[in-house]
Amino acid sequence: MHFPFVKYSKIYFIFSGLLVLASILAIVFYGLNWGIDFVGGSVLKITYIEERPSTQELSENLSSLLGLENLSVRFSGDREVSVKMPEVSQEIKDKLSDYFYNIPEVEKETMSFESVSPIIGGESKAKAQRAIILSIIAIVLYVAFVFRKVSNPIKSWQYGIATVIALIHDVLIPVGMLAVLGHFAGVEFSIPILTALLTIFGYSVNDTVVVFDRIRENLIRGTGTTFNETVNQSLNETMVRSINTSFTTLFVLLAIFFFGGASLNYFSLALIIGVIAGTYSSIFLASTLLAQWLILRQGWRA
Amino acid sequence: MVKKYFKFVSIGIIIFGLLSAVFVEPRFFNQGVDYINGKFNWSLSHLWERPFQLGLDLQGGAELLYEADLSKTEPENYTQAMQGLRDVIERRINVLGVREPEVETTQVGSHYRLKVRIPGITDPQQAIDEIGRTPYLEFQESKSNFEEIQQQNQQAIQTGEGEIQSPFQSTELTGRFLEKAVVDFDPNTYEAMVAIQFNEEGAKIFEELTDRNTGKVLAIFIDNELLSAPVVRNKISGGRAQITGNFTPDEAKYLARNLNAGALPVPIGEPISQVTIGPTLGMISLQKSLQAGMIGFLAIIIFLLIVYRLPGLLASAALLIYGVLILATFKLIPITLTLSGIGGFILSLGMAVDANVLIFSRLREELKLGKELPQAIEEGFNRAWPSIRDGNLTTLLIGLILFGVGTSFVQGFATTLCIGILFSMFSAIFITRSFLMVFSRGRLSRIKRFWI
Repeated sequence: MHFPFVKYSKIYFIFSGLLVLASILAIVFYGLNWGIDFVGGSVLKITYIEERPSTQELSENLSSLLGLENLSVRFSGDREVSVKMPEVSQEIKDKLSDYFYNIPEVEKETMSFESVSPIIGGESKAKAQRAIILSIIAIVLYVAFVFRKVSNPIKSWQYGIATVIALIHDVLIPVGMLAVLGHFAGVEFSIPILTALLTIFGYSVNDTVVVFDRIRENLIRGTGTTFNETVNQSLNETMVRSINTSFTTLFVLLAIFFFGGASLNYFSLALIIGVIAGTYSSIFLASTLLAQWLILRQGWRA
Repeated sequence: MVKKYFKFVSIGIIIFGLLSAVFVEPRFFNQGVDYINGKFNWSLSHLWERPFQLGLDLQGGAELLYEADLSKTEPENYTQAMQGLRDVIERRINVLGVREPEVETTQVGSHYRLKVRIPGITDPQQAIDEIGRTPYLEFQESKSNFEEIQQQNQQAIQTGEGEIQSPFQSTELTGRFLEKAVVDFDPNTYEAMVAIQFNEEGAKIFEELTDRNTGKVLAIFIDNELLSAPVVRNKISGGRAQITGNFTPDEAKYLARNLNAGALPVPIGEPISQVTIGPTLGMISLQKSLQAGMIGFLAIIIFLLIVYRLPGLLASAALLIYGVLILATFKLIPITLTLSGIGGFILSLGMAVDANVLIFSRLREELKLGKELPQAIEEGFNRAWPSIRDGNLTTLLIGLILFGVGTSFVQGFATTLCIGILFSMFSAIFITRSFLMVFSRGRLSRIKRFWI
């Protein structure tokens, strides 16, 4: 089987462009539903032994008990309930845990409470930003360094840029999805989610670099008469590997998603979407981008 | 010759893997030892059962973060004050009788913080209350019937009957009047001691107290725990005192620090961030994530067997050894296992599989070109190596950067991911390769269906 990948570049560019655009719009209009890790606040989680009361009932009870207006009650899993509040005093926390302790339908040993002050949240946000920027710089430098020996017909830094474009594509799509989930299902952008996204960084680059490695090898060997042909050849050679690898990774992630418990749920979901986007972009986006870039440049020169 | 080498290495790897497996789960081994001991009347010793170190999210517990208010402390005393604070709080948590509490000081910019981790605690509120008290230094004088009480206590200890009474009673001299405490050395005996200085008001009380108690014991308590009980030799004016008691220099330093902390008002207030997790919740998370890992691992093995046949089988064996080695490493270092750490481990498993997939894809290509098996294996490895290296190194880079984010969730993830990646490179280029080379000649190598 030999598939002329570069020939249909426009289709992938439009497809990816639409997805990325939709993600950006979702992020701009819905915003991210920041978790308490980043903005501060308190969350109490409990598990009911059997039936839970309705969220509205709980919410009203707790509001009047604590004298707090801005608390929200949410269900997760089959029997779990989480109560989110702004950062609360010890006194309110005691009242809240006493309340649930005295309900026989609640499993006492599964109660968890988390409280983060806005200062700590702000620090986490700043650290996250630094980690993201550092990662991107490190990747561009690394890729440019690894491909330093092949600068014809494409410069080594262009491999780096193409890698980062694929990377941004792979990360924006899960972030956009999280914005939508945050708006409609109350999914929070928390530190586990951030960790998942940074892992997608690594995964996406890994996937793209494997294809670029093949292009480099084929260029050195002199496979294909034109750059387009070399890219096509390389993509056809690496496609099976790309798909097999993402399958094995997805097996594990799906296992975490379905059996790993509620706290790893959205963590694994973000990774699943990222891995799918990463596999897609490494096959259809990164290398065809290089080929089109060359065509564009040659067009200018002619 | 070459084949012999790989056979040797493969057997070595398998033995090492088995030993690691016994280390990871010594229960079956120890049961075997019991059986043999019972049967032959031997007394073979059990293998050391070292448990995995589990994070709070997996065994329940509390993590509390306090901000120290150092506004009333001189900047040059910050470190000392924080250390004193840490010691005092450590003692207070020990009062609760919990296992392995961790208290550490951290500094973020100009913020000095104290992080307290108490695994397995069922009532975190009690810990918060205990910590919230300010450090308390107190001088106590002997009760009038000091000797009598001492004798009674001795008797009570010997016979196990009767109550032990404190032979001391409170005085009004507390850490409130202490100006500072420093380590000093006796000019004659070179013995380490602690010199304390009271403020003016304290000096007066101290003079009175020593006058009253000359020849008697004046005990020093911190947080109601007896720290030292020196005998007053004569009346002391000027508010200076020395505490001797056969201290090593370290002990003296420790005492001085505690005294300073007892005297220093380093208020910490309520925790600025806290996580408390019920013990059952942690257990459920652990079971679920382990189950997820098992299912994922099984799916990978089935996939490898179907797609890559004999090499897939060898890769599965290599992965199994890889998993055991990593778990043994986690136990040995030890790495505190958290939910995110298990996530990182499982993901590194994916990376390890990828290295194998890359090698086998290349191997197949080389075989299709008509090369002999041993050459094809060598070529496959050489060609796949740059991709494996680049992919793993970029992920390793990101792992290291993640470490800098500093939150414990992210760090747990980054640690296991980085260790996993290092091992996965080792597993692909060393374990899988040795196994493949062993099978590259001989009967199995001639059956093409096993390989392509």
